[in-house]
Amino acid sequence: MTTVEQERVGFFTDTSICIGCKACEVACKEWNLVPQDGQTWTGQSYDNTGELNANSWRHVAFIEQEKPLRTNGDGGVGLRWLMESDVCKHCTHAACLDVCPTGSLFRTEYGTVVVQQDICNGCGYCVPACPFGVLDKRHLAPAPDLPAFAKEDGRVWKCTLCYDRLKGGHEPACAKACPTKSIQFGPLDELRQRADERLAKLEHEGWNGAQLYGRDPDDGVGGFGAFFLLLDEPEIYGFPPDPVVSTKHLPQMYRSMAAAAAAVVVGVAAAFVGGRS
Amino acid sequence: MGSNFAENHPVGFQWVMEARERGATVIHIDPRFTRTSAMATKWVGLRAGSDIAFLGGVVNYILQNDLHFEEYVKHYTNAPVIIDDTFADTEELDGLFSGWDPEKSAYDTTMWKYEGMEMHGAAGNREEGFGPHGHQAGHGGAGGGLQHGEPPSEDPALTHPRCVFQILKRHYQRYTPEWVAETCGCSVDDFIYVCEELVRNSGRERTSAFAYAVGWTQHTVGVQYIRTAAIIQQLLGNMGRPGGGILALRGHASIQGSTDIPTLFDILPGYLSMPHAETYGDFDDFMQANTSPTGWWGHFKAYWISLMKAYFGENATEDNDWLFKKLPRIDKDNSAYWTLEQMIEGKVKGYIVAGENPAVGNANGKAHRLALAKLDWLVVRDLVEIETASFWYDSPEIETGELTTEQIPTEVFFLPAAAHTEKDGSFTNTQRLLQWHWQATEPKDDCRSDLWFYFHLGRRIKQKLAESKDERDALVNSLRWEYPTHSQIQEPDAEAVLAEISGWEIPTGKHLSAYKELKDDGSTVCGCWIYCGVYADGINQAARKKPHWEQTYVAPEWAWAWPANRRILYNRASADPEGKPWSERKKFIWWDGTKWTGEDVPDFEDTKAPDYRPPDGAKAEQAIAGDHPFIMQADGRSWLYVPQGLEDGPLPAHYEPHESPFDNTLYSQRANPARQQHKNASWDPYNPVDGEGGADVYPHVFTTYRLTEHHTAGGMSRSVPYLAELQPAMFCEVSPELAAEAGLEHGGWATIYTARAAIEARVLVTRRMKPLVVNGRTTHQIGLPYHWGTRMLTSGDSANDLMHAALDPNVHIMETKAATCGIRPGRRPRGKALADFVAEMREQAHSRRSQEQRVEPGEVRKT
Amino acid sequence: MKLGETIASWPVLRQFREGDLLGLGQSVQSRRSKTLKPRIDEADHVVQSICPYCAVGCGQLVYVKDGEVTHIEGDPASPISRGRLCPKGQASKSYVQSPLREYTVKYRRPYATTWEELDLETAMDMIADRVVETRAAHWQQATDKGDPANRTLAIANLGGATLDNEENYLIKKLCVGLGIVQVENQARI
Repeated sequence: MTTVEQERVGFFTDTSICIGCKACEVACKEWNLVPQDGQTWTGQSYDNTGELNANSWRHVAFIEQEKPLRTNGDGGVGLRWLMESDVCKHCTHAACLDVCPTGSLFRTEYGTVVVQQDICNGCGYCVPACPFGVLDKRHLAPAPDLPAFAKEDGRVWKCTLCYDRLKGGHEPACAKACPTKSIQFGPLDELRQRADERLAKLEHEGWNGAQLYGRDPDDGVGGFGAFFLLLDEPEIYGFPPDPVVSTKHLPQMYRSMAAAAAAVVVGVAAAFVGGRS
Repeated sequence: MGSNFAENHPVGFQWVMEARERGATVIHIDPRFTRTSAMATKWVGLRAGSDIAFLGGVVNYILQNDLHFEEYVKHYTNAPVIIDDTFADTEELDGLFSGWDPEKSAYDTTMWKYEGMEMHGAAGNREEGFGPHGHQAGHGGAGGGLQHGEPPSEDPALTHPRCVFQILKRHYQRYTPEWVAETCGCSVDDFIYVCEELVRNSGRERTSAFAYAVGWTQHTVGVQYIRTAAIIQQLLGNMGRPGGGILALRGHASIQGSTDIPTLFDILPGYLSMPHAETYGDFDDFMQANTSPTGWWGHFKAYWISLMKAYFGENATEDNDWLFKKLPRIDKDNSAYWTLEQMIEGKVKGYIVAGENPAVGNANGKAHRLALAKLDWLVVRDLVEIETASFWYDSPEIETGELTTEQIPTEVFFLPAAAHTEKDGSFTNTQRLLQWHWQATEPKDDCRSDLWFYFHLGRRIKQKLAESKDERDALVNSLRWEYPTHSQIQEPDAEAVLAEISGWEIPTGKHLSAYKELKDDGSTVCGCWIYCGVYADGINQAARKKPHWEQTYVAPEWAWAWPANRRILYNRASADPEGKPWSERKKFIWWDGTKWTGEDVPDFEDTKAPDYRPPDGAKAEQAIAGDHPFIMQADGRSWLYVPQGLEDGPLPAHYEPHESPFDNTLYSQRANPARQQHKNASWDPYNPVDGEGGADVYPHVFTTYRLTEHHTAGGMSRSVPYLAELQPAMFCEVSPELAAEAGLEHGGWATIYTARAAIEARVLVTRRMKPLVVNGRTTHQIGLPYHWGTRMLTSGDSANDLMHAALDPNVHIMETKAATCGIRPGRRPRGKALADFVAEMREQAHSRRSQEQRVEPGEVRKT
Repeated sequence: MKLGETIASWPVLRQFREGDLLGLGQSVQSRRSKTLKPRIDEADHVVQSICPYCAVGCGQLVYVKDGEVTHIEGDPASPISRGRLCPKGQASKSYVQSPLREYTVKYRRPYATTWEELDLETAMDMIADRVVETRAAHWQQATDKGDPANRTLAIANLGGATLDNEENYLIKKLCVGLGIVQVENQARI
């Protein structure tokens, strides 16, 4: 079977219309058979998921602020409740993919970054490589009622942008479920254009702090395949303000490594030759 | 207002978000800043239980500034009608309307009638003096009993001092912006903003809608909450028009259906009244009392007899009055909380509970659990073992020692139910759409649909009683109880039941297509007249699934709306009196010169011209003029003033909740005088209120609600791992100010208590809860989700345990949205100490109340 | 696998060799990735259904394989929901397959401390007997004032808002026939 390269697709998550319902979290888990992530009440507003990890591939953050929603004072009460559905960014330059020694992490024909569970051996190199802390090894108590696919294995799990659904021509589960279409799925170029228009509208309407995050192909990770419209600085949502691919210097490292290896080969060969002579 | 649209109906809320993006103003008025508030153009915080003050203020603002939609008001509402001089307003009687009888704690509702009119239904009044109308008319109205299509006295100029318009003006004149702000705890500016936006977005070119839910209904004056919104919407011309209306956001898949085809004590399918024990004699009396001479309720007899034919087939004949004498009779109140009382007294022996969890979901949960322990037998049908099934071994009362398993006599049957994917059937959604769901898989093992359970239970009972000659068994033996079954388990055919609901013509067997075809001679069968036509042409119309992209925006070929597949009720009002659309922008239904046409099925006789005037002696729909859109009303108009059908007044007045830390600054009458209370019942003790000793034991206001992540009493969400993890613990929402005052620690525990119970919850301190200044005094509100109980994947204390069971007098609904409580840091006492703690606080409060009682004008203090 | 092949299949080298500097699928795609198919495409049949939670009435598509529900998602054809679902609606499959779901009848005798098993047929027969007996023992032909009553106040039925219209219809019809007037549901509560 040959795989034909497709147009690069992704998510545009527009937090200005996110109602914090968490349908994305559940839709993701239902489709991908992601196990329950424990029942801890955090007290962090309505967020009891806490973070993206092996068992939560979508995470809705809730931020309560004493800030008006709009700068023009239109109807504001000086209080706003930001909600944002986080997900793997499917970076253009993905460090996780660079460091994966098994070829488990790969870039699909859709331009997304996916862990292939039949290859991943749980080495965990990708975990610290991700500037967003998305990659995580699954640790679960044994649960007999889970399908084998979802059992404890120590492997790394994350958003696949519903790779299997894409192959069938279906949109990812979270985007399909999203009641307000805060999560939009589509060809990345189209999404970027839509996001620019959306930002212009919000700026025109005087929304406080509206900005795009990860839309720019010139940023430290070459732009996200899943980018966001935020209503405040990225760090407010727990994002690194200026993410940089952790393997940025890898090509140079490869070149140095290759030179060193060549030197070794030469040296060894010389030894052999020398030995015989 | 009174709803939390984004959280409780997220998918429906997509349309609100789209409207917002297109420039609509979205206002959320609510005690809490919720996920809906976060999405709104504007949030206005108000004190729980003060909505009539706010809405009444809007009415006053409209009237004082002459901002009503004059043409609509004059032609389509009863604003010009002159009211009888027996009516006296709350302004004159300090919070009471005329007709109050303090001995009976009830109104003589005949004192509110239109001038010159005999109230209809006199036959029903023989014995009690107070007619059955409240119940008859309360659920959709068996008509106003007008003897003519037109009210006898009107003043088209709207200036007569006793015309509805002027009464309304006087009634609300003291609901000023300043008074609203003081009473509700909002600012004058915010209040004015809401008024201005409503007015700006109403009229010929624009419409506004109210979306409410149980935040309005669950009050001792709940019906009047909705009535106040109805007055605003009539004054602004927002009824019967696209984008307008008062939208009930209902919370269960078929809760609309379960009132249309009721599992309620007081009505039969299609809002036909159950016969009352005390008020009806024979069949003719009953017909006369329920048949409105004018309007569509004029065909009551046809609806009734068609139902009797559906129930009893050949056994119901004209000669036996369609078995009227054999039908069971109800009392004024046999509702759920009346049953609870009877159960506590040991009078109810058997209880069947299907898909409901009263041990968690009902107000005063402890009373319900103690009542279950008084039963001889209990049947619980659900997918999972809910608290109502397990009360006998793990209810909180087992822990406190108030119940002991070995001493509970109740025999309990738990029968596993089938899920929606395991059966065919229809749900009626919040906009009256009957939507069919097809079976996907067979139910496993003992799991069965409720259709199966009730059908086979009925079949077995009928078998057991088949030989009985006892008078009491005559009716059940007359019951037509034959439905085809399929599959190994003998599942009844749901479509056959739907066909009976829709109806057919007996001689030909032809399926009926509309309720207009129903006859009063026993020649038609129809199990629910408003659903007549859902099986027209032998086709399951509810199962129509034509994709929305293949039809107009009204989507008339998706499912089926009652009645007659109409999507907007009273849509004749979308055109002006001459039948022209009010504006091009809001065009919906109009008169094309020969007939009514437009986007929807017209809610009017197709060829009745706008200038039609009823001839003398016209009956039923023929008595409704061509410019009166509200065809179910006896006078064809919408009612600003309700002359008949309500128990607690023809106009909404601001009353404090049954339990409130504030006095009523408008009237001496503090709370709704007609509210139902269990004053002397030990199981339903009340907190002292403002002005009574001991009120400071329970100084705060609390309100209960749902979260997006859970469903009602938890049976459908605490059993689901993916939902349980999203909201894994019972918590309370408090402001930083209250936290500081009461010593509550964010993330810690709090104990919340009332005279009924004490519960514990994790503390969520949030700026989204704001202290409000009411009548010059700071008040704190506490938010409590009510999903938790003792069992399932996530468990916790139940907020409903805190609630009392004082009720709205019209619909017997409890006041779960506003009551008083105390709060203190830390977990609640365990075991017997818990019961002791609740009793101790209660004693403290009640002993002081007995020294400083208050007696309201409407009360007779019984010693 | 020989050492040479192992080294050659090391992704970094493969990427260099195939010009796949971004690690694109062609070079490292696994057997599973190559043959991956969404399970909804493998369903035996799809059923159009309606969400059982709130009254918005969102459309659902229920996918079935080998007699089991394999997935539930939104029905795009619905003019109400346009294919979208909230967390509860989206969790419908987990609801109908809840780990807490009961599949057999449970019976508790008076004063007993534990559940017992009971055959469904027996349970139905016992419940029918209870109704018949209670009704006979607590029948009210007339009220205390002498008005006709034709009822029993000793049996009550609760539930309906989560049920189908057809189910509610049979409940009310049966209760009218039996003279059970205390029929109520969540619409009141």
